[in-house]
Amino acid sequence: MAINWFKYSSPATFYPLAGRISPWFAGAAAILLVVGLYMSFFVAPTDYKQGEGYRIIFIHVPAAWMSMVIYLVMAGWAAAGMIWRTRLSSMMATALAPTGAMFTFLALWTGALWGKPMWGTWWVWDARLTSELILLFLYIGFMALESAIDDPRRAARASGLLALVGVVNIPIIYYSVQWWNTLHQGSSIKFDGGGVQSSMTDIMLWTLLIMALACWLYTIAVVLTRVRSIILERESGSVWVKEMLQEKK
Amino acid sequence: MAEFFAMGTHGAYIWGSYGVTALFMVGETILVLRHKRTLLQRLGRMVRLNAEEQR
Repeated sequence: MAINWFKYSSPATFYPLAGRISPWFAGAAAILLVVGLYMSFFVAPTDYKQGEGYRIIFIHVPAAWMSMVIYLVMAGWAAAGMIWRTRLSSMMATALAPTGAMFTFLALWTGALWGKPMWGTWWVWDARLTSELILLFLYIGFMALESAIDDPRRAARASGLLALVGVVNIPIIYYSVQWWNTLHQGSSIKFDGGGVQSSMTDIMLWTLLIMALACWLYTIAVVLTRVRSIILERESGSVWVKEMLQEKK
Repeated sequence: MAEFFAMGTHGAYIWGSYGVTALFMVGETILVLRHKRTLLQRLGRMVRLNAEEQR
C-alpha cells in the first residue's frame, strides 16, 4: 500500500493530524523527562574527575544536539518548500525556529555554567563556542527576516535561503573539537562506522540518551502545536478553517 | 537534603543550568498553548460576526 505523503502536505489535512498526534508526543516527553531527571541526579554516579558538576552534561549535550538537529530539519523544510512550493513546508520551518533558538541559547547557557567551575571562565572565543553562538544568530536572523517581509511567499524564499546558507555552520560546530585544538572537551559519544563509542559509563550514557529523546519528543509536540497556529493564521480566509470554527462553536 | 542541593561545591552551577532550562521549556509550552487559545477565540469571533452580517 503506497501512502500518498503529499496528501499531508496540504495544511487542511495536516492540521487535524497534528492535533491528534501532538498530545502523545507531549505525554511521552513528560514521562521520559521524569525518568531522565531521576537518573540524572539519583542513579548516575559522581564523576571521578569532575565531581557532581558534570551532571550538567545531561541537559547541555541534549540541548546542543537539538540546536543542530533542529537547524538541519528547519533547513530541510525550507528547501522542500523552495523545491515543491508546498505551503506547509515553510510553515514547518517557521515553527521550528523558536524552539531551535531556545535550545541553542540553553546549550550556551549551560555551557557557561559548566565552563566556570571546570575551566575557570564563563566564556572563551574558541571554535566550538563561537560557532554555536553563530548558530544562535542564524536562528535569530531567520526569524527576523521571515517576520520582516509581509508577503508569506517572499518571506519564505528569503528566510529559506538564509537557512540553507547557514547549514555550512553545522559541520563546523560538530567537528570543531577535532579540527581545532580547543578548550572545549572532545565528544563523549562518537558515531562512526555504524557503532556508538562512548567514553562514559553505560548508566551515564543511557541517562544522556533518555534526556536527548525526551527533548526530541518535547520539540515535536511544541512544534506541531505551533505549526497548527501558523496554519490557522495563514489559512484564516479559507473555507475549511471557517467551517471548522463554526463546528467548534 | 542540604547535601543533595549543595552538589559538592557545584550546586549553583547545576541548579542554575537545570532551573533556566526548566523555565524556558515550561515557558515555551505555556506561550504556545496560550497563543493557540487566543487565536482560536479571535478567529471564532470573526467567523460568527461574518455569519451574522450575511443573515
